[in-house]
Amino acid sequence: MNRFAELLDRLAYEPARNNKLRLMTDYLRSTADPERGWALAALTGSLSFQHAKPGLIRQLIAERTDPVLFELSYDYLGDLSETVALMWPAQHSPLPSEGRSASRDGGKPGEGGHDGEVGNPSPDLADARSTSPSVVDVQELTLTSVVETLTTLGKAQLPQQLARWLDSLDETGRWALIKLVTGGLRVGVSARLAKTAVAALGTADAQEVELLWPGLVPPYVNLFAWLEGRAGRPTNADPAPFRPPMLAHALDDSDLATLDPADFLAEWKWDGIRVQAVAAARDGRQIARLYSRTGEDISASFPDLIDALHLPGAIDGELLIRRAGRVQPFNVLQQRLNRKTVTPKLLSEFPAHLRAYDLLADGDQDLRGLAFAERRPRLEDFVARLGEERVDLSPLVAFANWQDLAAARADPTAAGAGADAPAVEGLMLKRRETQYLPGRPKGPWWKWKRNPLIIDAVLMYAQRGHGKRSSYYSDYTFGVWAQGDSGDELVPVGKAYFGFTDEELVQIDRYVRRNTTERFGPVREVVHKPDQGLVLEVAFEGLQHSTRHKSGLAMRFPRINRLRWDKPPAEADRLERLQSMIAQIERGLAT
Amino acid sequence: MRPENILALTLAGICCKRGSFHIDPTRPVERALITHAHSDHARAGHGAVLATQETLDLMRLRYGENFAGSTQAVRYGEALALDGVTVTFHPAGHVLGSAQIAVEADGLRIVASGDYKNVADPTCAPFALVRCDVFITEATFALPVFRHGDPGGEIAKLLHSLAVFPERAHLVGAYSLGKAQRLIALLRQSGYTNPIYLHGAMESITRYYESRGIALGALRAVRGADKAELAGTITICPPSALNEPWARRFPDPVNAFASGWMRVRARARQQGVALPLVISDHADWDGLTATVAATGANEIWVTHGQEDALVHWCGTRGLKACPLDIAGYGEEEDNGEATE
Ligand SMILES: [Zn+2]
Ligand SMILES: [Zn+2]
Repeated sequence: MNRFAELLDRLAYEPARNNKLRLMTDYLRSTADPERGWALAALTGSLSFQHAKPGLIRQLIAERTDPVLFELSYDYLGDLSETVALMWPAQHSPLPSEGRSASRDGGKPGEGGHDGEVGNPSPDLADARSTSPSVVDVQELTLTSVVETLTTLGKAQLPQQLARWLDSLDETGRWALIKLVTGGLRVGVSARLAKTAVAALGTADAQEVELLWPGLVPPYVNLFAWLEGRAGRPTNADPAPFRPPMLAHALDDSDLATLDPADFLAEWKWDGIRVQAVAAARDGRQIARLYSRTGEDISASFPDLIDALHLPGAIDGELLIRRAGRVQPFNVLQQRLNRKTVTPKLLSEFPAHLRAYDLLADGDQDLRGLAFAERRPRLEDFVARLGEERVDLSPLVAFANWQDLAAARADPTAAGAGADAPAVEGLMLKRRETQYLPGRPKGPWWKWKRNPLIIDAVLMYAQRGHGKRSSYYSDYTFGVWAQGDSGDELVPVGKAYFGFTDEELVQIDRYVRRNTTERFGPVREVVHKPDQGLVLEVAFEGLQHSTRHKSGLAMRFPRINRLRWDKPPAEADRLERLQSMIAQIERGLAT
Repeated sequence: MRPENILALTLAGICCKRGSFHIDPTRPVERALITHAHSDHARAGHGAVLATQETLDLMRLRYGENFAGSTQAVRYGEALALDGVTVTFHPAGHVLGSAQIAVEADGLRIVASGDYKNVADPTCAPFALVRCDVFITEATFALPVFRHGDPGGEIAKLLHSLAVFPERAHLVGAYSLGKAQRLIALLRQSGYTNPIYLHGAMESITRYYESRGIALGALRAVRGADKAELAGTITICPPSALNEPWARRFPDPVNAFASGWMRVRARARQQGVALPLVISDHADWDGLTATVAATGANEIWVTHGQEDALVHWCGTRGLKACPLDIAGYGEEEDNGEATE
C-alpha cells in the first residue's frame, strides 16, 4: 500500500503526461502480481466496492483527537482527507534510518560540556518519540488485501477496519487509503493514460490494450503475462469493442488548389464530442456502449443515449445536446459533461443526441474496408432502420466547386445547417474512395474549420506555467476596454496559454518580469494603461454569454495569435465589439 | 521573583533588563545574544554580539566583517555572568552553531530556545534538553498535521526519482543555511556519492560547513556546467531559484523542495513543486510537545508560528502558556533567501 501511495502522491504533483506515464510504468514493472493489477484497476477506475462517506472519516478522527486541535488543523489545510491523514495519531512509527531520538551523531563540532541539570538526551524525550508496542510484527498492508477486504466487508465492520488500516500506515499511505475508500482518487490520470503505461511494459501499443480491455478483469494477471512475453494474448470476448478512430488533418486555404472537388464529399463538423456508439447482442442480451475518441467507456454518463442503441453495429458520430429540435452549442454540452452523477433532471434538461458521420460495423459485418462512398448509404439505411429520434444523420453539404464550399463555410445557416448553425465548427472533406483507416493518415480526410475570431486585447496578468514552463510566465489574462465608473477601464475577457512560439514566450516572459506592477503568489499584474502595456492579438473559436465572468462573456479556445508590440493599448478592442460578435454568432453568421 | 522581571518583551524583542541584553533582537540594540545565524534571528548592526563561534562566523559571511561593534564567542555550556544574571548556551540541533540560551537569576531559569529540532542531524550538535522553569519555544510547525517523519524516506524518494528519470536534472530547493548542508549530508548517508551541484548562493556557507569538519563529499558549482553535464544530477538551490530564469540551464528539471511546509499539498502545488520532500530543521508537533513536556517548565512562552494550537495544548496539560508576539520572526522559512 505504501508503494502505491507513493505512486499516487508523485502522480498528483507531476504535471507532464509523459512523466506520469514513466512513473506508472516504473511502478508496474517493479511491483509483483496481483498488487500491480489492483493498482491498475484503481487507476483506471475499474474497482467496485461501496465507498465510505466523508462523515465516517470525520467521526473516526473525532474519536481520536482534541476537537480544538482538529478545527485549527482543518481550518489550516481546508481538506478533510489531508487533515485526517496527517493528524491521525501514529500507532506504528516505522523505525527510521536516521532515528527519531535526540541521541545519535554526537561529537559534532562546537559541542561543549554541560552542567548537571542538562541532560543529553533526555530519557523522557527518547521515550516519547520512538517506542511503540506495535512496531514489531506489523506486516505491511497491501493494496490487494485492502481491495479484497473492501469487496466483502459488511457496512458495520467498515469503521473498525478502516481505523486499523489507518493505524498501520504512514502519512502518505493514510492519504491514499482515504482517497481510495471514499472514491476520491483523482491524481490527473485518465484510464487511457494508465492503459498506455501498462502497454509500455511490452511492445504493445495502448490501442491493443484498449481493444482487449473490455474482456479483462482485475488484477489482470493474464494481461501482464502477455505483455511480459510469458503467455499468449488474452482473448477478447467483447462483442462491442472500441475501434480506433480515423482522424483528419487541418486544411489550409492553399491546400484546396491541389485537390479535386469531384473526389470529395463534404459534411458539417459539429462542435460536440466525437464518440463511437457500439451495440451488440451477447447470450441473447443486448449490450450497448459509448466510447470517447480515446476509447474510454463513457456509457455510464449517457444512459439516455445508450437506451437508443438497440441495433447491432458501430456508429462514428458526434455527441451533442439537442433541445426542441435544435442542436446546442458546446457550452451547453459542457454543463452535462461536468456532472458526476446523472440525475433525471440532468437527463431532461440536457438530452444527449448522436449525430452520425460514419458506420464502422453493421451487425456482424465490418464495414471499415469499404470506401466512404459505399459506407455512406449503409449509414443512411442503418439510421433509418434504427428509427430513434436521438440518433440522426449528419447531412452532406452539396457543392460543385471550392467556391460553393467556401460560401457554405461562411454561412452554414443558408447552406443547410439551418437553426443548428451555431454548433457548426467547420466542414469535413472526405475522399469518396478511401477506406476507414485508423489514425491520422494524410490526404483522405480534411477538416476545414471556420475562420477563427480575432481581437486585439491587452495583457493584464501573467501566471507561471507548469512543468517545463514553470520558470516562465506563460498563462496570460487579457482584457478589452469598457466603460467603467470613472472612464474607460480594461475588463478581463479570457486567459490563454498557447499559440505563441518559444521565442515569443521568452519575449513575453521578459516583458512580464520587467513590467510587473504587483504580485499575488504565482501571479503578476502587468502594467496595462492606455499608453503602456502589451497588446496581444487573440484568436478564438467561439464566444458565448457567461454569468461567471465580469465581462459577461466567455471565449472558447483562446490563443495568442500574434504579439502587437507596435500597437498602443489604447487602440485595443472594446467590449462592445465582442458583444456584437456574440450577436453575429447567434445568428450563425460570424467569421 | 517573577519571570517577567528577568525577561520581558520590548519593541526590539526579548529583553533582559538586569543583564542589559536582548535575545535575537529584531532591531539594533547595545548588546545582543544570538541563538543562530538565520536572518530573522541574527541581524546586523548591534553594538555587541554574543553567540557561538559558528554563529558569529556565519553572520560575518552574510553581513560582512563589520556586522557588529564587537563580538564574543561563547562555548556551549560555558557560564557567562552578565550583571548578576547567569547565561549559558546549549545546542539547539537546528543548524550549525545554533543554541538555546538559558538565563538564570534568583534561582529561576528561563530557556529561550530560538529555533530547534530534537532529531538527529549530521551537520550540527544534537539538541540538548535543559530543564527549566520557563521555556520559550518556537511554534513554526505547531499543528498536529505537521509530522515530519523520517528524512531517510524522503531522500529515498529523491533517489528513486533520479533512477526513474536519469536524463533529467533534479533541482532541490533548500534554505541556504542549514537545510542545504543537511540535505547533502543525508544524501551521503544514504550512499549517494556522485558530485552534488550547488547554486552560487550556497557556496560560501557550504564551504564554511566543510571547514568546520563536516564532510559533504564531492561538490561542484552549477556556474560553468553545461546542460548535458547536468542531466541526471542533483543541484541544491535556494527555493526561489526554482522558478527563476536561472533554472532554464537544466535539462527538463524535476523541481523538488525540502521543507516542513511540503507536508501541505496545496503549498507544494502552489509553488509548482513536483517532488516535495518533507525535511525540516524545526521540531514537528510531536517534537514540540515532547520537548515542552520534558523541560519540566510549568510556564511556556510561545513565539513565531501557530501559537494558538500549542497554547491550547499546554492548557490541556495544566501548563501556563502565552504567546509572545514578536514581529519579524519566521520570515526566513516563508520567503526563502533568494538570489545569487
Ligand atoms: Zn532558524
Ligand atoms: Zn526562526
